[in-house]
Amino acid sequence: MAVSNNLRTAYGTALVELGTKYPDVVALEADLGKSTQSVMFKAAFPERYFEMGIAEQNMTSTAAGLALSGKMPFINTFAVFASGRAYDQLRNSVCIPKLNVRICGSSSGLSDYGDGKTHQSIEDMSIMRAIPNMTVVCPADSIEVAKLMDCLHDYRGPVYIRINRNDLPLIYPEREEYHIGKVTKMRDGHDAAVFACGVMVSKALEAARELEREGISLRVLNVGTIKPLDREAVIEYAKGVRAIVTAEEHTIVGGLGSAIVEALRAERHAPVEFLGVKDCFGTSAENYDLILEKYGLTSKAIAESVRSLLVK
Amino acid sequence: MASKETVTRLSRIAYDLRENIVRMIGVGKAGHLGGSSSLAEIVTALYFEHMRYDRKNIRDPNRDRFVLSKGHAVLVQYAALIELGVIPREELTKVKTLNGMLQGHPDIDKTPGLEAVTGSLGQGLSIALGMALALRLDKSPARVFVVMGDGELSEGQLWEAAMAAPKYGIDNLVGFVDRNRIQATGPTKEIFDIPEIEEKWKAFGWNVLTIDGHDVVAVLGALEKAAQTKGKPTVIIANTVKGKGISFAENTAAFHNGIMSREQYDTALAEIEAARAALA
Repeated sequence: MAVSNNLRTAYGTALVELGTKYPDVVALEADLGKSTQSVMFKAAFPERYFEMGIAEQNMTSTAAGLALSGKMPFINTFAVFASGRAYDQLRNSVCIPKLNVRICGSSSGLSDYGDGKTHQSIEDMSIMRAIPNMTVVCPADSIEVAKLMDCLHDYRGPVYIRINRNDLPLIYPEREEYHIGKVTKMRDGHDAAVFACGVMVSKALEAARELEREGISLRVLNVGTIKPLDREAVIEYAKGVRAIVTAEEHTIVGGLGSAIVEALRAERHAPVEFLGVKDCFGTSAENYDLILEKYGLTSKAIAESVRSLLVK
Repeated sequence: MASKETVTRLSRIAYDLRENIVRMIGVGKAGHLGGSSSLAEIVTALYFEHMRYDRKNIRDPNRDRFVLSKGHAVLVQYAALIELGVIPREELTKVKTLNGMLQGHPDIDKTPGLEAVTGSLGQGLSIALGMALALRLDKSPARVFVVMGDGELSEGQLWEAAMAAPKYGIDNLVGFVDRNRIQATGPTKEIFDIPEIEEKWKAFGWNVLTIDGHDVVAVLGALEKAAQTKGKPTVIIANTVKGKGISFAENTAAFHNGIMSREQYDTALAEIEAARAALA
């Protein structure tokens, strides 16, 4: 079966598959079902789909109640609302009791390029990462979305899933083993290492091809799970290189870059540069490429960061 | 209609709960005496008469659930669970200690018999709604009871849940509003007055009953009416007295989370004993 390049479509498809396999899977929506693609679940399992209206706080605690009575609820809304509007409900209703609630933070990062600041989640990973018991995942493409969703039913505790709104290149190796917590080596190299997540993984792979032409060899690591971070893997993959770049479609405050440096804190390691949104809100743009370019989230910016670190 | 014996038995248990609450707080330590005592009859009627609840099988999927949205009053739930033998009695003196199982607010990891994590106000009705939806999906006969505070009604999330439950025609959910008319820092009328509470719930699509929350017969009667109401949820507005049964704590915000002196502690226990003896 052809895999859609669109992560939301991949998510909706996988959610229906989970629902087919497991009768305890239920879904909740806050009137963004056409965007999050939770409507696919609604069509398949109307009795297990709860349209909660534009009321994210109630939706989140209701999911907690469903989980407390043996269901596995998937909350669906935009990442910015899932993590921000319902923060306290996630913290108290869901994370303290370690409930099996899955939170789909859809249209994450800058991927809702048209809607601007209020709808772009540049701090959701920092917020979600700070809550004890929360797992934070950020798939790089539709293949990874499918593999991730396949793991979710057996996984214990709350999981925040960051889903990009747009089509992204298919890059995750089909046959690669996947588990939550894995740092996947997408490409080996010995001069520099890029730790990336989400859309920035394919950008890093592009940068690697560009740098290869200049004789620079780039190791590309896909950090699909931001928390719990596989610290040993990060330390291992940071060894032997002269430069480390982290790349995320997210503020540089408290996200992937911070997590990587936290993991390396007791090690001698190469100098690190953070690529991400520089502690500011987003903006409206004509298309996804333009907004990524505005915030320096391109393959060229990754390549340039590697070059600058290597000449130091 | 409950028998005279039942009413006497339950009224006495309510004072057992008050005694446990006072002992749990002890001398010289802060505790939520007022809002716990105001709930003694309601919690007693639920755990010791109305709810489908087996103390020997507290994880039974078909048990009725009790969710305390006003989590700061958890002492009254601890008090009941101690009387049921679900929580060991020796925990009574270890509330809010590092090695005890009774936390300052409900924590389902630490304490057997609790159903949800509450304390950040306004979330319990939503949690109860989720439980009710799950139980209905499973065709379980179990029902969910949730207690809110009247001060808590200013939380917006609570009204989100109040809108959502009738949308789903939920009738295995019963809410109580513990209308003791005093919140943390003063009378609700002065702090944040919410007029026409009954009319508000009615407008949101709920079956609304108003009772004296210290009258066991009235509490049981309302619960029976709620059980017979189909197609919509019921909320019982219970007029109560904050600090009920402990004269110095009645109708004052000072014992929302107050500290008892030795003398007050002894007075509280003596008053509770006298009230219980009068019921014999």
